[in-house]
Amino acid sequence: MSEQIFGIHGAALELRSQRMGVLASNIANAATPGYKARDIDFNAALEARMLRQRGTSTEVSGPALVYRSPTMPALDGNTVELGREQVAFAENALAYSATLSFVQGKVNTITRALKGE
Amino acid sequence: MPDRAPMTLFSLTERAMQAQMVRMNVATSNLANAGSVSSTEDGAYRPIRAVFATELDRASGLASVTSSELVRSEVAPTRRYDPAHPLADADGHVWEAPVDESAEMVEIMESARQYQNLVQALQTAKQLMLETLRSN
Repeated sequence: MSEQIFGIHGAALELRSQRMGVLASNIANAATPGYKARDIDFNAALEARMLRQRGTSTEVSGPALVYRSPTMPALDGNTVELGREQVAFAENALAYSATLSFVQGKVNTITRALKGE
Repeated sequence: MPDRAPMTLFSLTERAMQAQMVRMNVATSNLANAGSVSSTEDGAYRPIRAVFATELDRASGLASVTSSELVRSEVAPTRRYDPAHPLADADGHVWEAPVDESAEMVEIMESARQYQNLVQALQTAKQLMLETLRSN
């Protein structure tokens, strides 16, 4: 039901929230030896979600996690680059806000229709 | 993970902040002990280092960090000839703690920076969560 109302935005909001967690994990592990930075391939993950919603694919899987390839690998095997993570986090937060306002718009529309204003 | 509660963004950041805190305390202890002397080689202070390890929560895919152990570094203390020193041994030597002050300062600065980063990320995430909650 909620998938019909919110369309792509519901799925996108959930994915953005998941990606925020993954990026926060990277930031938390900035000093852990051997930690490999991960990220969600947003386009691929959203595509998979939409295919599943339309029923063309029944494949149930988590979001497509990919390892980040570092610009300069560190000696301790850690591939977190703080600058990149910060930019990705900021971009993701902005996109989350944008998606959220689309969802809010949908809710407002339906509320107004229900109230009959 | 000691507690079986699912990892959230908040617990993740909290753990990471704790780990950075341990790291900073350890570096400060090293700095405090810089220049301390001992009459034996084994008695001299050796710098401590926090070892970080990833803590993966399979259910949510989030990875936090914990300082799994503290190790003493295997640096040999510096032997200094100072017969007038009250702690000097029979040959007139004292053993100085091998603390590299600039390395410790860099460690503290890096730790502070990463701590700041965590706080900022948590603030942004919290703000977004509040926005989502308040939307009507």
